[in-house]
Amino acid sequence: MALPPLTPVFVGSLWRRRTASALSVLAIALGVALGLAVQIINGAALDEFDRGMRVVAGEADLQVLGPGSGFDDSLFETLALHPLVAAASPVVEITARRIDGAGELRILGIDILRVVAVNPKLIPVPADGADGDARFAAFRQDALFPSPALQQALGVVPGEHVLVAAGQGRARLEVAGGLPGMAGERVAVMDIHAVQTGFGMAARLTRVDLRLRDGVGSDAAREALVSLLPPGVRLGAPDESAARAASLSRAYRVNLTMLAVIALVTGGFLVFSTQALSVARRQTEFAFLRAIGLDRATLMRWILAEGLVLGAVGGALGCALGYGFAALVFSLLGGDLGAGYFDGTEPSIYIAPVASLAFVSLGVAAGLLGSWAPARAAARIAPALALKGATLVGAAHHPGHAVAALVCFAAAGLAAALPPVDGIPVAGYAAIALILAGGVLALGGLSAWLAARMPARHVATRLASARLQAMPGHVVVAAAGVMASAALAVAMAIMVASFRDSVDQWLDRVLPAALYLRAAESDQAAYLDPATQRRIAAIEGVSAVDFLRYDTIRLGADGGAVTLIARPVSDDGRELPLVGAARPVAQPVWISEALADRLGVGTGDALEIPLAGALHAFTVAGVWRDYARQTGALVLPLARYRQLTGDARANNAALHLALETDAATVAGRIRAHFGAERFELSAPDEIRRISLRIFDRTFAVTYLLEAAAVAIGLAGIAASFAAMAAARRKEFGMLRHLGLSRRQVGAMIAAEGGLTAAAGAVGGSGLGFAIALVLVEVVNRQSFHWSMDYRIPLLPIGVFLTALTVLAAVAAVLAGRHAMGGSAVRAVSEDW
Amino acid sequence: MLEIENLTRRFAGPGGRTVLDGLSLAVEAGSIVAIVGESGAGKSTLLNLIAALDVPDGGRIALDGVAVSALDEAARTAWRRDHLGFIFQAFHVLPHLSLRQNVALPLWLQGGDDATHAAAADRMLARVGLAGREDSRPAELSGGELQRVAIARALVHRPRLVLADEPTGNLDPSRAGQILALLRAQVVEAGAIGLLVTHSLEAARTADRILRLADGRLAAAP
Ligand SMILES: Nc1ncnc2c1ncn2[C@@H]1O[C@H](COP(=O)(O)OP(=O)(O)O)[C@@H](O)[C@H]1O
Ligand SMILES: [Mg+2]
Repeated sequence: MALPPLTPVFVGSLWRRRTASALSVLAIALGVALGLAVQIINGAALDEFDRGMRVVAGEADLQVLGPGSGFDDSLFETLALHPLVAAASPVVEITARRIDGAGELRILGIDILRVVAVNPKLIPVPADGADGDARFAAFRQDALFPSPALQQALGVVPGEHVLVAAGQGRARLEVAGGLPGMAGERVAVMDIHAVQTGFGMAARLTRVDLRLRDGVGSDAAREALVSLLPPGVRLGAPDESAARAASLSRAYRVNLTMLAVIALVTGGFLVFSTQALSVARRQTEFAFLRAIGLDRATLMRWILAEGLVLGAVGGALGCALGYGFAALVFSLLGGDLGAGYFDGTEPSIYIAPVASLAFVSLGVAAGLLGSWAPARAAARIAPALALKGATLVGAAHHPGHAVAALVCFAAAGLAAALPPVDGIPVAGYAAIALILAGGVLALGGLSAWLAARMPARHVATRLASARLQAMPGHVVVAAAGVMASAALAVAMAIMVASFRDSVDQWLDRVLPAALYLRAAESDQAAYLDPATQRRIAAIEGVSAVDFLRYDTIRLGADGGAVTLIARPVSDDGRELPLVGAARPVAQPVWISEALADRLGVGTGDALEIPLAGALHAFTVAGVWRDYARQTGALVLPLARYRQLTGDARANNAALHLALETDAATVAGRIRAHFGAERFELSAPDEIRRISLRIFDRTFAVTYLLEAAAVAIGLAGIAASFAAMAAARRKEFGMLRHLGLSRRQVGAMIAAEGGLTAAAGAVGGSGLGFAIALVLVEVVNRQSFHWSMDYRIPLLPIGVFLTALTVLAAVAAVLAGRHAMGGSAVRAVSEDW
Repeated sequence: MLEIENLTRRFAGPGGRTVLDGLSLAVEAGSIVAIVGESGAGKSTLLNLIAALDVPDGGRIALDGVAVSALDEAARTAWRRDHLGFIFQAFHVLPHLSLRQNVALPLWLQGGDDATHAAAADRMLARVGLAGREDSRPAELSGGELQRVAIARALVHRPRLVLADEPTGNLDPSRAGQILALLRAQVVEAGAIGLLVTHSLEAARTADRILRLADGRLAAAP
């Protein structure tokens, strides 16, 4: 295909200014790469998780899902005998803490004879060398069949043993074979009876997988079966759990996507800067082309084509980088970038054609949008004037811009008040885009305002001030990239600081005791019976103990899993990190923000909670902040829970110590009394340190990427000033004729650069405060369902903005240096 | 009084040659001298040397008895600031300054009071026929008007020496005549020395004296 004849005139110009072009391409590539990598990484992990869930569910058409503590196994008979059901397979799922090493085991207790008809992939395969009759190995009560991935994670092979916390004590399980049907998933199966008796789940089931008779639709079956189920037990399609996992990690993805947007927006503004400057410099050329017959529309299309080339090259490069980056991150951190959402899956990288195409298109869009205003300016050049030489494209300030900026800000305020769409804070993102757009529109006015207030005692600052006031358009060209990157960097900084601060305070509230004892978290694999509880309370040095009972129950129309926490609570719930008003009520339940959002209930509302197979009426006494469980959690007074369920067991204990002892001493006594591995013991300081370390590690990568975006924004200022300085050689030369020293010309450029950057930085931080507000109050609230206290890290932001301004002034001076050297004096002499 | 004695300027390198070769010139205050010559004769080179933007290989330039060629870089910059006015073929009026600011620019460099500067600039603009346009921007002006602004700027700080290199090169002949008359009137009134470089004999005729630069020296034009 032959290129159109004017290609060298236009696209060739990109090559002539290749440094600036390269910067634009790089910024776009960074944004595309980052966004795509996040998608690939997350997508691969989700894909794997999804597949894992489907495989676990196998051919099941429907699943009956109960609370973590299970439901009575008599329900199984009812379901299995139902005329619409072809086959049913009972499952007890538990998570067991490993004692002879680190980690947890997800164990499914299955009925071998029944699983065959519903979910053949869960059939255990005994190892050849297993003792006794291999066919009966699967029925042995200590036989464990871990999937290949789990064997690898645990570092065990068939014939070896694993020690886990089980019920009141421990269980020594033999790896009797494997689970080849579940290659990628970290899961194990055991005989259902062994799990029920060994892990405190006697006569309980957590799940029943159903296969329906041929020709029976799942909707019809749901309708027929739902009335058989006791409260708290749900019917679901097997892929619903995958959808919930997706919404969990989506929340984490929000922040990373934000960073991709930073880079893309900065890239778009860089394209704008370089294109605007290049159009200004080529106006005589364009005037000539127009004079010899090129029409406006074609000229405009050509300049857009330049932006398209920049965007496409950046997009393609970013695509390649994205896959490379994803592969690297995978090999280093795993599918959730170290955040811990996908523990238990082993994803592999895959090609994502839709996401790739989408992000390359975004890159192209950045190139095109960045070229839009310059292209229009070029098309508007009056050939007669431009041929004479001296017009300046886009330099003047339009009073209309201030009005448009206000409209943008007002629209952003409205958008921030809108609800999420399908769980995604679309309007929140729109608000951020509107704030940025308004900022760019207001930037010219802001710089003129700043310039007018600059002390103008010296001729250099006076000239700089006059120039910035008269040509705010040039400031917009040079500083838009800096403003965008500064705005988003400041916003991220505030968001992360607010988040970290809130998590810190939250940890303070939720860890009031001196020592924490854990038999198991929210599963039933290990517990403390009343006798054990009494023995713990009687340990020397323990002044008081709060026992905690965990369960996973199913609540709401979607039957989503909710963590139930039964613990001692005062009537006013003061032990909980409450947000907003709380009120004393008769049958109180305190719900987390995520649950409040999901159920659409608040303080004072009634809530029915299924406990031990029956519904009980409660009233929401308050809403609390929970950074640990995004699917939602609720707190009940322990005494009430025991009264309603008859379940006196506990999973965890918070120990308050007598004054004269310390945590280490008491921990030593507990170990001596119960054995070293029976419980996990941790001090709050340690929990807090580990939590914050994970937090900091998760966000460390964000700072690095922000720095890259800011560096590109700075490079943009340097490139803009280099281009402007080259165009202003004659001006500098004339000033030298009039008696300005080289130093004064340098000071003038520095003042212009500093003021331009200051306008970008000041404007950017103003926008940053607003964007952070949207991130904290709208985007995070809607995607994570938790609130945080808005906190501005003033010192770091101040240092950042000052450094940015100084660096930009230095960049401007360095860029202008070659234009004010000795030869600049002769610049005017070209006319002599 | 401008005195130039035995001025020599050679350019080294390939194609380098002696452009000015023992050139001498003396000009009284209150008069304008026009220098004509072919393109490449060395007219701009001579002006660069007089303006202390370039250093001669030999000879001496003195204004009112001060030897310019003996000054160092900083002193030369200061000297230009105080004693010189420039008029360029391409005007070089700063587009982002108002006419008043453009004219006041040399005064800004000398320091002092803003209001005084503005008043002086306004007076100067009135003298070149631009009264009432003080707050206009250069983009609103024609070429002839821009050169009037340049003349005002060249004279506002009462320089001893005004250097004009092809000041009418970008203007049509009728406009050029007016501008040159204005330049002459202003220079004479200020009691300054004017050096007008042009290749047009017609333009040169507005001067008190016409000299031709050829073979590196000045000679009276026919
Ligand atoms: N910096 C320089 N280096 C080398 N040669 C120069 C330089 N400046 C001027 N010349 C040469 O000196 C000669 C005179 O130039 P100039 O003074 O500009 O002539 P004009 O009379 O047209 O103004 C020309 O031949 C030019 O090439
Ligand atoms: Mg010349």
